[in-house]
Amino acid sequence: MAATETKTAAPPSGLAEFWFYFSRNRGAVLGLGIFLVILCLAIAAPLVAPHSPSEQNRAALLLPPVFAKGGQLTYLMGTDPVGRDILSRLIYGARFSLFIGLVVVSLSVISGVLVGLVAGYFRGRVDTVIMRLMDIVLAFPSLLLALVLVAVLGPGLVNAMIAISLVNLPHFVRLTRASVMTERTKDYVIGSQVAGAGTLRLMFMTILPNCLAPLIVQATLAFSAAILDAAALGFLGMGAQPPTPEWGTMLAEAREFIQRAWWVVTFPGLAILITVLAINLMGDGLRDALDPKLKRS
Amino acid sequence: MLRFIFGRLLVLIPTFIGVSIIAFAFIRLLPGDPVMLMSGERVMAPERHAQIMAELGLDRPMYIQYFDYLVGLLQGDFGKSIISKRSVLTDFLTLFPATVELSFCAIVLAVALGIPAGMLAAVKRGTWLDQTIMGTALVGYSMPIFWWGLLLIIFFSGYLGWTPVSGRISLMYFFKPVTGFMLIDSLISGQAGAFKSAVTYLILPTIVLATIPLAVIARQTRSAMLEVLGEDYVRTARSKGLSPFRVVGLHALRNAMIPVITTIGLQIGVLLAGAILTESIFSWPGIGKWMVDSVFKRDYAVVQGGLLLIAAVIMIVNLVVDVLYGLVNPRIRR
Repeated sequence: MAATETKTAAPPSGLAEFWFYFSRNRGAVLGLGIFLVILCLAIAAPLVAPHSPSEQNRAALLLPPVFAKGGQLTYLMGTDPVGRDILSRLIYGARFSLFIGLVVVSLSVISGVLVGLVAGYFRGRVDTVIMRLMDIVLAFPSLLLALVLVAVLGPGLVNAMIAISLVNLPHFVRLTRASVMTERTKDYVIGSQVAGAGTLRLMFMTILPNCLAPLIVQATLAFSAAILDAAALGFLGMGAQPPTPEWGTMLAEAREFIQRAWWVVTFPGLAILITVLAINLMGDGLRDALDPKLKRS
Repeated sequence: MLRFIFGRLLVLIPTFIGVSIIAFAFIRLLPGDPVMLMSGERVMAPERHAQIMAELGLDRPMYIQYFDYLVGLLQGDFGKSIISKRSVLTDFLTLFPATVELSFCAIVLAVALGIPAGMLAAVKRGTWLDQTIMGTALVGYSMPIFWWGLLLIIFFSGYLGWTPVSGRISLMYFFKPVTGFMLIDSLISGQAGAFKSAVTYLILPTIVLATIPLAVIARQTRSAMLEVLGEDYVRTARSKGLSPFRVVGLHALRNAMIPVITTIGLQIGVLLAGAILTESIFSWPGIGKWMVDSVFKRDYAVVQGGLLLIAAVIMIVNLVVDVLYGLVNPRIRR
């Protein structure tokens, strides 16, 4: 009997299908690679970094990088005005940036999805109130609102993260609400409602999983935006405070030396740019892989 | 159409009230005593404290304080700076043209480069040209502009010595501001070289502020263009034997522009956020730098008033964009 069985190829698993579309975008794979390298460096910072990020060498102030004239092999990217190794500070700084991105995205996704789900599911007055509140937040330029919030809460990394999460919130609320509203009236939702599914089950088990794709893409973009905003706040002196080796804060400290020591300014910014770029490349690939409407392009 | 505009205006009212509540609450949420904060004094006798409290109306119930604040706003009273004692509205109106000038030049640059770049990438889709343009756009989109500004200063001002580092015009020139826009004022003044000086001061900040909008516009133009190029009417135009230039430049571009115009409108908020960083780097005397300085000087009355005025500007601009969009695309008027 076994001989008559026809072999049909099993449908590809969700992950395999995702990887198929994701890996077709070479930039996205490159971004993922760079991101993983940065992630490993951040995790293994104490092992990888040649020096301690706070160790000051009085004999080597503002030393140029190794490839420039006067550089030393022990300080590959040179030293800053108080003789700290820039490379080590950048490696430790990756921890802060990735941590900021992770916390901000978690905070704004969780709260944004909850609020958006409530607004889109119940509609009516709740929805109106929520959307008006979000309009209020959106009426301010994001960085200005974050800056003022940090002024209220007091400068520092934790407060900067809270402020950026709050500023990011409306995007997730709006996005979730919009997708919930389209899914809400579809047959499968009505079907499970008729079958007796409760409100919470409908919201979280039936509707939410079908709204995830655009949220994941938005979360990636918010991750890189959070790193940029936190660095900007650090640069303005309102984020992480010196001597924290946060990239934006490092730039702020290096500002007065731009005419004398280009490397103190160049490398921290380059670290921000590469990290943000890698995440945005991944975001483009995720959009191609997850958004069925755009799969053809 | 009038109903559409009226409806939009009605929605603005609760948003404005919300914004005013945030601005009102801001000063009261700050850690520390509001009287000390607002008077800017360090040590104070209790009697004087009570006197100022009464003067500022802080001894009355919160909702009455808010009501008074709102009435003041409607009469154009946005508070007074603690440090300079000048009216916040006057300072805002003096500094705002500088920000408008910079933002306007930035958006013009972003549109002038972004739309052709996006079109080119769409027409040459898949080629190295497309990949180069889109790669550059993604780098621009990911750029920490405060670092980008410093790099440009190092290279163009430090190394090449071509452009000045900060300010709006060389100190050699002095004339009374007429419009507040340095480019126009320097021309009106008739002083030789003044206009050229103003331009050299404007170049780097404009590039820095335009970077992110430019990247966004190029990406949006490309994807809108790709969508339109696949439409039937484009094929018809091609099969009629129209030149490729005419097909792309006229038939396709016109229809691709609708989403792009929305994107340009959405960049206003991005520009104002970018202005905070750009103006700080180049010491450009606009409202972005003014706000940052006020936060640092703890001039909270200015922060409060400025926050409200900037939000009002954004709301008005968004309203105008909405109305324009309704004019272009009658379907969304419902």
